[in-house]
Amino acid sequence: MLLHFAAPFIFVIVAAAFIALNLLISRLLQPRVPSAGKTTTYECGEIPIGSSWVQFNIRFYVITLIFVIFDVEIVFLLPWAVVFKDLGWFAFVEVVIFITILLVGLAYAWRKGDLEWDKPETGKFAREAAPQLFEEVGMETRKPVQEVTL
Amino acid sequence: MNYFDLTFYVFAIGAVVSAGMMVFSRNLIYCAVGLLFALASVAGIYVLLGADFLAATQLMVYVGGIVALLLFGIMLSVKFTGVELRTGTLQMLPGLMIAAGLFLLLVRMVFRTEWAVNQPGEMLPTTSTIGKRIMTDLLIPFEIASILLLVALIGAAYMARRERT
Amino acid sequence: MEALIQALQSQSAFFSQFSESLLALIFFVLFGLLFATVAAVCALVFVYLERKVSAHMQDRLGPMEVNTEIPVLKKIGHGWAQTLADAFKLLLKEDIIPDAADRRLHLIAPFILFAAVIAAFAVMPFGEKLVVSDMNIGVFFVLAITSFSVIGVILAGWASNNKWSLLGGMRSAAQIVSYEIPNGLVVLVIVMQVGSMRFNDIVIAQSGGILNWHVFQFFPLNLIAFIIAFLATLAEANRAPFDLPEAESELTAGFATEYSGFKWAIFYLSEYANMFLIGIFLSALFLGGWTSPFGSLFGGFFDQPGWQPIWIILKAVAIVFLQMWLRWTLPRLRVDQLMYTSWKVLTPFAFVAIFGVGLWMLL
Repeated sequence: MLLHFAAPFIFVIVAAAFIALNLLISRLLQPRVPSAGKTTTYECGEIPIGSSWVQFNIRFYVITLIFVIFDVEIVFLLPWAVVFKDLGWFAFVEVVIFITILLVGLAYAWRKGDLEWDKPETGKFAREAAPQLFEEVGMETRKPVQEVTL
Repeated sequence: MNYFDLTFYVFAIGAVVSAGMMVFSRNLIYCAVGLLFALASVAGIYVLLGADFLAATQLMVYVGGIVALLLFGIMLSVKFTGVELRTGTLQMLPGLMIAAGLFLLLVRMVFRTEWAVNQPGEMLPTTSTIGKRIMTDLLIPFEIASILLLVALIGAAYMARRERT
Repeated sequence: MEALIQALQSQSAFFSQFSESLLALIFFVLFGLLFATVAAVCALVFVYLERKVSAHMQDRLGPMEVNTEIPVLKKIGHGWAQTLADAFKLLLKEDIIPDAADRRLHLIAPFILFAAVIAAFAVMPFGEKLVVSDMNIGVFFVLAITSFSVIGVILAGWASNNKWSLLGGMRSAAQIVSYEIPNGLVVLVIVMQVGSMRFNDIVIAQSGGILNWHVFQFFPLNLIAFIIAFLATLAEANRAPFDLPEAESELTAGFATEYSGFKWAIFYLSEYANMFLIGIFLSALFLGGWTSPFGSLFGGFFDQPGWQPIWIILKAVAIVFLQMWLRWTLPRLRVDQLMYTSWKVLTPFAFVAIFGVGLWMLL
């Protein structure tokens, strides 16, 4: 059994060596002419403003948290799935209870809007920024596009 | 020294070195990367002990989940790069004493405990055994685990929401 | 793999003087190199294919010019050497690292992404005997090792210290973790039916022709599971219509914005190798893996071991083609639609599939 696990481990080492070798070859072949303009952070040709290491939206964190919990759930269910055929009804009911308890959590997060991301409000920004422009081109009469839902 | 021992030392040294990187690094992202490699090395040691399912769990939950969560958490905190991780008031002497005391205690424990030593035999797949035991004599802990996960989910979502509004 | 080593040792005096572990080590290194090369070749072929597929779908010709002077190869035409030339160009290009970037992590990130994909290839079944490591937790291992790519993507985004990179990296990570859940859940559906996580057990359970493939069992539950798995892996590979992290029009190149030269090429290498990996993974789980679709028809001719790698590679390429087809057909999703699809459509349906298959098997 150990040999089975040795294979991916050695694959990782070999893959790393493969990349390192290629990067080395590339390093030997390539020109190196750094200049201030070239090594500036790319920001569409402008001079970058501030650092990009800024505070991030908490939604990313919440999504990852929910992910970790469901990840653990999958890990718990895998051994059950392997022996499911041998154990039958009793094990099935147990797992239904297990999953249902967690589905309550998913329903809670769903209901409270933790799975929501900001939806774009079509035309709102432009309408506020330049109302007279909208009037000129006669777009006032056009109704805002309805939310597209899947 | 055979291949088994050699592999063990590779993983053990890997775990210790990356744990050291995690503890001593000033940059929080580097700490997270150190943790990543420490956890992966521990997964390797699990494999050597014949715990195949546990090793994959370690990779999936800790590396894919917890470290990603940590990275997001770090980026969530305001201006994390400029933070000086050392506190202003250093209590060198009491800190050292407590650390040394704890270390001695642990060393004493390691040498005084009667470890249950298993002679390495033929390693067998563990997953179906885990599955059967979870469904029979470990059923109550299994179901309680789901309630624990539920509490964690609701609690985390609640706290995050309060912060947002 | 052990069978191969033992056969070599028993038949040849040369091999029998080495220990089994040493031979295994050498084999693993050789196969590792092979798969790393296959990944590179895969990327070359698939990039060419992608350009041709997209071109013909849009009534264009795609690359037509690049060719060699070698007489036989010159006949092929159709710009076949285009991606080869691109690869050499990338090898010769300057590797620009921005001053503001974190150099060490900037270097590590591509390694993590590529190594994770190659490690997953170790358990992929190309035939009954043609599998490097027939691990008893194979499917679970693939799920576990591919979660490394989240870390690689976040690190690449962060280390670049570029707003596009960081935003793309974070979006990509959020997307990967969101779609890993439905993917893991539908894997459960298959493991329940087979009672094993070993890839070869799963494939053998589907032998005997196209009607025994998992995708057609428990109709329509397994078909739903297959669609969920296909969409989830598509999103995990950041392919269109789930390619928000590298949406050119708003995020430049996403987390790869500040990468150039060969480091950038590694990201593409990993992406296309990952597509191939997904193809093999899905065909092993749902489409019969290396078994032939004809079963015992034609006197079992197509069931011979020699055909096994051909079948699975054909199936994998078909799935890769499907991925490309979708990319050039569907518009990109919006970020809220992306989260909606994962958490509110795929995940509930995956649970339905688990419960449904469980009940069906018990009744």
